[in-house]
Amino acid sequence: MTMTSNNLVEHLVELKDVHYSVGGRAIFKGLTLAVPRGKITAIMGPSGTGKTTLLRLITGQIVASKGQVLVEGQEVSKLNHQQLYAMRQRMGMLFQNGALLTDISVYENVAFPVREHTELPEELIRQLVLTKLQTVGLRGAYKLMPWELSGGMSRRVALARAMVRDPELLIYDEPFAGLDPISMGVVLRLIRKLNEALNITSIVVSHDVEEIAQVADLSYIIADGQMVASGSPKQLKDDKSELVRQFMNGLPDGPVAFHYPAPDYHGELLS
Amino acid sequence: MHKIAQDIGRVIATFGAVALFFVRIVMQVPRALLRPRLVIYQIYNAGALSLVIIMICGLFVGMVLGLQGYDLLARFGSESALGSGAALALLKELGPVITSLLFAGRAGTALASEIGLMRVTDQLVAMEVMAVDPFRRVVAPRFIGGLVALPLLTMIFIAIGIFGVQLIGVQQLGIDQGTFWSQMRGSVKLHDVWEGVIKGCVFGIACSLIAVYEGYTAEPTAEGVGRATTRTVVTSAVLTLFLDYIITAIML
Ligand SMILES: Nc1ncnc2c1ncn2[C@@H]1O[C@H](COP(=O)(O)OP(=O)(O)O)[C@@H](O)[C@H]1O
Ligand SMILES: [Mg+2]
Repeated sequence: MTMTSNNLVEHLVELKDVHYSVGGRAIFKGLTLAVPRGKITAIMGPSGTGKTTLLRLITGQIVASKGQVLVEGQEVSKLNHQQLYAMRQRMGMLFQNGALLTDISVYENVAFPVREHTELPEELIRQLVLTKLQTVGLRGAYKLMPWELSGGMSRRVALARAMVRDPELLIYDEPFAGLDPISMGVVLRLIRKLNEALNITSIVVSHDVEEIAQVADLSYIIADGQMVASGSPKQLKDDKSELVRQFMNGLPDGPVAFHYPAPDYHGELLS
Repeated sequence: MHKIAQDIGRVIATFGAVALFFVRIVMQVPRALLRPRLVIYQIYNAGALSLVIIMICGLFVGMVLGLQGYDLLARFGSESALGSGAALALLKELGPVITSLLFAGRAGTALASEIGLMRVTDQLVAMEVMAVDPFRRVVAPRFIGGLVALPLLTMIFIAIGIFGVQLIGVQQLGIDQGTFWSQMRGSVKLHDVWEGVIKGCVFGIACSLIAVYEGYTAEPTAEGVGRATTRTVVTSAVLTLFLDYIITAIML
C-alpha cells in the first residue's frame, strides 16, 4: 500500500487465480475475488475451507504457489521486507483469539503499535488509547492484564489495538465466534461504524451467516478451494442454487462437503 | 547406512537453520539496542531468574571443594595450596560450566517456553502483522539479555565459590588466612581469569541462542512447547561441555 498513484485502484485487495496447498492438500484451486475500497466485504465458508489461510495470503505471511494476491494493485509476494512492513502498517487485523501480548496490560497492548512505529509523546498516546478503548467499551479495563479478560473482552481490546493507528484496511477473522449476543451486537455495530466513520475497507471472515448479512455490502462464499458465489447478502439469500442454499441455511448435506476428505466410511469401519 | 546418512543430513540441516537464525538475530541487534529499556529488562530478567540458585550452588560447590581439596592436599602435606587450587578450579572450569548448566535449566527453559507460548497464542504472528519484527522486539533482546547475564552470573558464582572454600578451609579446617589468600594471588594469572571470562561469554551465546531458537521454532502446541524446553536443557548441557573441552584445549 505504498502511496503511489494507486488511489485509482478500485479494489483494495484482489486475488487472481490463487493456488495454495499445505501438507499436500490443495486449499485453494484458482480462487479469484476482489474487495472493493471503502466497503465491508464478507468472506464466508465452512470451517476448514481456508478462510484464515486467505487472510495470511493477504497479509503476506504466506505466498501463493500460483496466481496473484494484490493489495492496492501491488503484488504482495513481490514486496521486499521493508515494503511488506510498510504495507502492514496500514492494515489492522483482528485475530481469531485476540492474540494480545500477554506480558503487558490492556493499555500497553493498545499502545503497542503506536509506540513501535511512532515517537508520539505519552500525552497523545494516552488520549489515543483511551479513545479507542472507549469505542470498544473497555476504557474502564485499561489497567487489566490480558489473562483477566474474558474471550469477548480480549477480542474487543484486540479490535481497539487493530484500529489504533487508523488503518485503511481492517481484517476480522471470525469476529463473532464465541461471543454472547450483546458483545456480538457491539462488535457488529463497531464494524459498521468504523467502516462508515473512517471510510475503512473491511474484510470480515465468518461462518455466521445471519450476523454477517447484517453488515456486509458484499459477500463471497468459498468452498472447495474456489469462490462459489458472490453478491449482496440479499442476493445470496434469494439465490436459488443448491450450493448457496445449503450454506445459507446450514444444511449438512449438499454440494459442499461437510466432511474433511476421507476414504469410504463403511469401508474404513469394517477394515 | 542409509539411516546414518539421513541423520547426518538432519544434523547439518539443523546446524544451518540455527546459524541462519543467529544471523537474523545479529542483524537485529543494533536496532534492538536502540530500545535499551527492553534489553536491560531482559538482562535483569535472565539474571534475576538465576541469581539465587547460582549463589546457593556457588556456595555449596565452594564448600565441597574446600573439604575435598583439603582432604586431597593433606595427603601430600600441602594444605596451604588449597586457596590457589580451588580458585583455579572455580575460575577455569567449575564456575563457567556449572553456571551455564544452571542457567540453561532456569533462565534458558523460561526463555524457550515464554517464546514458545507466544507462538502458540499467535502473539508472534500478531506482531508481524502489526509490522513489528519479532526478531527485533522479542528474540534479540532476550538473546542479548542471556548473553550479558551469563558471564556476570559466572563471576558471581566464582566469587561466592571462593568464599565457600575459604569458609571451610580457613574458618573450619584452620588454614592460615594470610597463606590462603597470598597463595591464591600468587598462582592465579590474568590468563586464567580470561579463560573464565571467555568461557562465560561463549556459553552465554550458546545457551541464549539455543533457548530462543527452540522457543521460536517450537511446534505451536502445548506438547511442542514442552519438547522445546526439554531440548533447550539437553542441547545446552551437551554443547556447554563440548565447547568447554574445545576452549580448554585451545587456551591451555
Ligand atoms: N500449518 C498447517 N499445516 C497443515 N494444514 C494446515 C495448516 N494450517 C491450516 N491447515 C489446513 O488448511 C485448512 C484451512 O485452514 P484455515 O485457513 O485455518 O481454515 P478456516 O479458517 O477456514 O477454518 C484446514 O483444513 C487445515 O487443516
Ligand atoms: Mg480460521
